[in-house]
Amino acid sequence: MSTSVRTSTTPTTTSATASVTARTTTPSILPVPADRRTRNGIAGTVLRAFRRAPGLVLAAVVLTIVIAWALVPDLFTEQDPLMGEPADRLQAPSTAHLLGTDHLGRDVLSRVVHGAAASLGTTAIAVLIAFGAGTLLGVVSGFLGRGVDAVVMRLIDVLQSIPGLLLSMSVVVALGFGSVNIALAVALASIPAFARVARGEVLRWRSTLFVEAARLSGIRTPEIIGRHVLPHAVAPVFALAALEFGSAILAVSALSFLGYGAPPPQPEWGLLVSEGRDFLASAWWLTTLPGLVIAGVVLSVNRIARSIGSGRRLS
Amino acid sequence: MRITPTAVLILRRLGHGAIVLWAAYTLSFLVLFVLPGDPVAIILGGADQSTATPEQIQAVREEHHLDRPFLVQYALALSGALRLDFGTSYATGMPVVQAIVQSLPSTLGLATAALALAVVGGTALAIIAVRTQRPTLRNILAGLPGLGVAMPTFWVGLLLLQVFSFRLGWIPALGADGFLGLVLPAITLALPLGAMIGQVLLTALDRAWAEQFVTTFRAAGLARTRLLLTHALRVASLSLLSIAGVLTGNLLSGAVVVETVFTRNGLGRLAESAVSSQDIPLVQGIVVFSALVFVVVNLVTDLLYPLVDPRTRPAARPSSRRTARPVAPTAAQEVSA
Repeated sequence: MSTSVRTSTTPTTTSATASVTARTTTPSILPVPADRRTRNGIAGTVLRAFRRAPGLVLAAVVLTIVIAWALVPDLFTEQDPLMGEPADRLQAPSTAHLLGTDHLGRDVLSRVVHGAAASLGTTAIAVLIAFGAGTLLGVVSGFLGRGVDAVVMRLIDVLQSIPGLLLSMSVVVALGFGSVNIALAVALASIPAFARVARGEVLRWRSTLFVEAARLSGIRTPEIIGRHVLPHAVAPVFALAALEFGSAILAVSALSFLGYGAPPPQPEWGLLVSEGRDFLASAWWLTTLPGLVIAGVVLSVNRIARSIGSGRRLS
Repeated sequence: MRITPTAVLILRRLGHGAIVLWAAYTLSFLVLFVLPGDPVAIILGGADQSTATPEQIQAVREEHHLDRPFLVQYALALSGALRLDFGTSYATGMPVVQAIVQSLPSTLGLATAALALAVVGGTALAIIAVRTQRPTLRNILAGLPGLGVAMPTFWVGLLLLQVFSFRLGWIPALGADGFLGLVLPAITLALPLGAMIGQVLLTALDRAWAEQFVTTFRAAGLARTRLLLTHALRVASLSLLSIAGVLTGNLLSGAVVVETVFTRNGLGRLAESAVSSQDIPLVQGIVVFSALVFVVVNLVTDLLYPLVDPRTRPAARPSSRRTARPVAPTAAQEVSA
């Protein structure tokens, strides 16, 4: 249900991209300028893409950097995220410490870079679990129909009747604190969206002629689902997964902000912001800059997710 | 004859709501009381369990019916819940219902203020974006909701505190009561909500603006602004109704974060502290309460639909539904369309 809100932006996006393509294709009647003809290869492709959709390219760049942070953090910072230099504590951003230092003299940039693995990893696990479980529920529910469908959909109704954060919090109470438990908690809250979309797709493709024909030719149900329905049904679910990734980052960081994630020395993004709370008056960079990173990443993910959604629509 | 279909609708919705509530109770019971290893350890306070005597442990087990078989525990709990008895808080010993009711007024005030801000802000954004003749302004306005949705609520709250309490000193960071204390939390809570409302309303207004009746009205000479504010907005408000439940859920979720950031007492703070201290009955009470709110809000919106949109009146004959189509497509339809 929450997805309908986010996906509802797509019409605006499509119209925006449509007008952009119109602008770039109109001059093609004219002779192609020499510099444009010669600019080939990766650099040319990137430049052309940037001209057509600057926001999208920017989002891709942000995301690439952040994923690189998660994979090889040492490439981006040489400072220790856990051990600080007490003499350098609470220093404002400077060339030595781009994002400043915290109350223990730890470099904030280093903590943000090293926190990417934890925050993005937790989010990825959450989305993967929700994707798997939700799609399974939706496909089974849509294909078996009748009683199974009714029971599954009521279950989804119940999950949706409880606000996402509260649902996640009750899972945290049951399982205890920790990154993996947070991932499970966030996954449970985003299962309904996946189940609904998967079910809708299965219902749509199940009633097509070629599936009907497959059934009449005596192909068994599992094979029909696997070979004839799923390949079609899975694309919108992927588009949803991209969208859900953005909100899952927010959910994970909110839970980590509330202190339900990894214990304090760990540099999780939400926790970083929370640690800066005590220094709001004296050290603005402790809360502002890590939060800015979270917002930037979510914005980038959402931008890419929208283009995935609208790209599919155009095809 | 004219009342019957509505009555049937209400009864069906009530039945559906009751089932959802029962299932929410059962689900939260399963998750909260069955999953954790040992509730006794939690009640007696985690690490101190080794110091507890066997008699103490036995007493706690009996008090919370933990010595009974699972189904008996469930039946006892459910029959209690039907009498509005959700047990007592592990941490304070206060009845759960009383704790929730006590914290409710503060959150209700915050939520009302935030909702009002969000509706006004979101609607203004959507109307200006549709009405403006300048493409740049429209693009900026259309991009704002995406920005609002992407910002972490806790971060927005801390930023506001930093700027208005610590930099400018306009509002005391702590202990501001009444209206002044409500301003920053309400803005924080309203931001993501207003973004959602603006986004949904903008899309719906654009869609309504392309409808044939709008063309007809314009051809007949109705002023653009008047047409927009009366007719198009009425059609578009239907899609706001359809997300009322989601908005309420976001208000409750947001209240947890906002009340924690601004150290305000209320339902959200209660939930946060209940989770931190693993106060299982209290968490369950809040979860079931939020499900109740969701069910009630959905019931009310279901009843409001026919008032706003004559096409959805239950007594309508099939032929009159020719023009009726889902005003707010479901997520599945939107994504797959």
